[in-house]
Amino acid sequence: MSDAALRALPSRRPLALAIRLWPWLAALAVSVALPWLFYDFAHGRHSGFMLSMLSQTGMMVIFALSFNMLMGQAGLLSFCHSVLFGLAGYSTVHFLDAAGAGSLPVPMELMPLLAGLSGLGFGIVFGYMATKQRSTAFAMITLGIVQLVTTAATMFHHFFGGEGGVKTDREIGISLFGFEYGQSIQVYYLIVAWMMISAAGMYFHTMTPLGRMANACRDNHERAQFVGYDPRIVRFLQFAVSGFYAGVGGGLFAITYEIVTFDAVAAPLAANALLMAYIGGATTFFGPVLGAILITVLQSGVSLMSNSWLVYVGVLFIAMVTFAPTGLTGIILEHAPLARAGLLRRLVVPYLRVLPAGGLVLVGFVGLVELLSFLTIGMAQGKQLSLFGRAVDIFSIVPWLVSLACLLGGGLWLARESGRFKRVWDGLMEQARR
Amino acid sequence: MQIGLISLLDGLVYGMLLFMLASGLTLILSMMGVLNFAHASIYMLGAYFAYQISHWIGFWPALLVAPLLCAALGAAIEVWGLRRVHHNGHIAELLFTFGLVFIIGRAVQMAWGMLPMPYRVPASLDFPLFSIYGENFPAYRGFMLVVSAGMLLTTWLLLKKTRIGLIIQAALTHPGMVSALGHDVPRVFTTVFAGGSLLAGLAGVIAGNYFTTESGMADAMGPIVFVVVIFGGLGSLAGCFIASILMGMVQTFSVVMDWSFADLLRPLGITLSGDDLLGEILTISISRIGPLVPYVLLIVILLFRPRGLLGTRET
Repeated sequence: MSDAALRALPSRRPLALAIRLWPWLAALAVSVALPWLFYDFAHGRHSGFMLSMLSQTGMMVIFALSFNMLMGQAGLLSFCHSVLFGLAGYSTVHFLDAAGAGSLPVPMELMPLLAGLSGLGFGIVFGYMATKQRSTAFAMITLGIVQLVTTAATMFHHFFGGEGGVKTDREIGISLFGFEYGQSIQVYYLIVAWMMISAAGMYFHTMTPLGRMANACRDNHERAQFVGYDPRIVRFLQFAVSGFYAGVGGGLFAITYEIVTFDAVAAPLAANALLMAYIGGATTFFGPVLGAILITVLQSGVSLMSNSWLVYVGVLFIAMVTFAPTGLTGIILEHAPLARAGLLRRLVVPYLRVLPAGGLVLVGFVGLVELLSFLTIGMAQGKQLSLFGRAVDIFSIVPWLVSLACLLGGGLWLARESGRFKRVWDGLMEQARR
Repeated sequence: MQIGLISLLDGLVYGMLLFMLASGLTLILSMMGVLNFAHASIYMLGAYFAYQISHWIGFWPALLVAPLLCAALGAAIEVWGLRRVHHNGHIAELLFTFGLVFIIGRAVQMAWGMLPMPYRVPASLDFPLFSIYGENFPAYRGFMLVVSAGMLLTTWLLLKKTRIGLIIQAALTHPGMVSALGHDVPRVFTTVFAGGSLLAGLAGVIAGNYFTTESGMADAMGPIVFVVVIFGGLGSLAGCFIASILMGMVQTFSVVMDWSFADLLRPLGITLSGDDLLGEILTISISRIGPLVPYVLLIVILLFRPRGLLGTRET
């Protein structure tokens, strides 16, 4: 048994356990406390926007983590993860209907479990097809599956409800603790509870023999075969288990929104999971959590202000793939040797020097994209463009020149500063290694 | 019968169009291992470029210039983009093209707006070529057939009769061996990527006015091209060709079929009502579930022949 697995064994001393579990406890405490930071005391109610954003983040954390069970852990790039999520969501709508009608005596708190089991079922069905292949062919089969299910969902009225989707009512009146689940805050705490359970489950999964074999098949599937494991079975089991957790997320989705449409199974959602896992960092367990939080917050925030959200995502994505393939957590972890050697504070000044140059490039780029997209799209909608809090006249040449100057000047400055930064970084790394 | 003949020709036109897209994709995928998501985006760009150029100087120059622009763009993507992320592995390359899809899709909207473009068939080709049983076959469809057949012949000659074609063919199945023999594999990659983009651009030029030129056309074409590639099998252009024609036929014929599976069962004395999901699947007419058929075919072939129709190797 490896070190990590040994350390994970439950300790007898509660205090030692609490110390070792501090990231989990902190995450739980923050999730529980967050809605109260935005509580509107004047009117005595929660902020609806914040609460829905937090709920969305909670489900996306589960979804991104379960996606990373395939991508990070098993090296399987799945584009049909949304299918498992969405189909479990559809099932949950029907479960809730049945529970509301009194024919399914399952309390609300266990509904996500039921959703997870249906996700497991769909994971077994689609996993059987998809895991016949690996790597690129696997990705292509999953593309076929997502198209198949999305097309079917818009086409058939039974189960899927056609284009309009299926609606339900979450106030089924059966609860272990006597909650009605009429208020969103109650649903949010249900999401938090299931998020912690799922995350813990997936974390422990990484230490099981199956999780370890998934890593082995990712790194060298021929050698895994020689050792005596069938990589196909490993892929299949891993796919099915990740389907369970995706299903939990999908169930929470159905409970929160009380409607599931074909959007919940469609490819853009799967692409979102990919973005979250990759930008957060697929090589670590907690990377997708960071990615899910970042992407959901950006999505809710930026898409309110600009309709060019997809350009920014695309550029961020390409920049990450090119310059930081290990994601944000990867970047953070690269600082570990410096932190151990106590050299971290010598990076503060170089970082501060890069920051304004990067900011200038960002301002110039955002300015140009917004100006351009306003010229063709926004103007047709009869809106007034405002950039960085100021109204802008797009027919004057000034904003275009300023944006272009910011982009080019900032680009040159950034190139110079990043060259300097790299020299400092390499020097410090050399020092840390000694 | 008359439906059959016209549909056969339409299916052939659509199949050849699919092959134009899928052949480039299959070459790129088999040689470089890159699942190029941006392929359909380049097809879309081809249509938009063609619209703009034909707006300025006419359709015939556009037929030449737009594919060349796409080829230049493809070469640029390969040299400045993919080659940089190559050392991070195939997944990174795939994700790079995935990011490009977002950017190209939005850039097209930013440059040309959200509305469909008024990109029309040129007047010199806008007449009925012949008519069968009172139904006209437009000359433009014949022209599409000629262009795609010419492209097919040219590609075949290039691959079979030239030295670079020989290297490409070798690199298709044994990329490692080819580079071990001292060939400049990166340059071959760039050539193939540019060539694939050229074909995709050409497909966009001739399809943009046949269908509609709009910002959703990449999303509409992308998945079906992937189906063709995996259905035909990796490393096989012949399989890709058969799969393209088959998918073209399937899509065209399913539109004109208005019977359902339940109609087949009726002579056996089984009558169904569409009261549950299974009943609905069986009673819905084939023309309505047409879009599903390629994906069902894909899954069926993967269950029985995981390599695809004529695939020479796994992944």
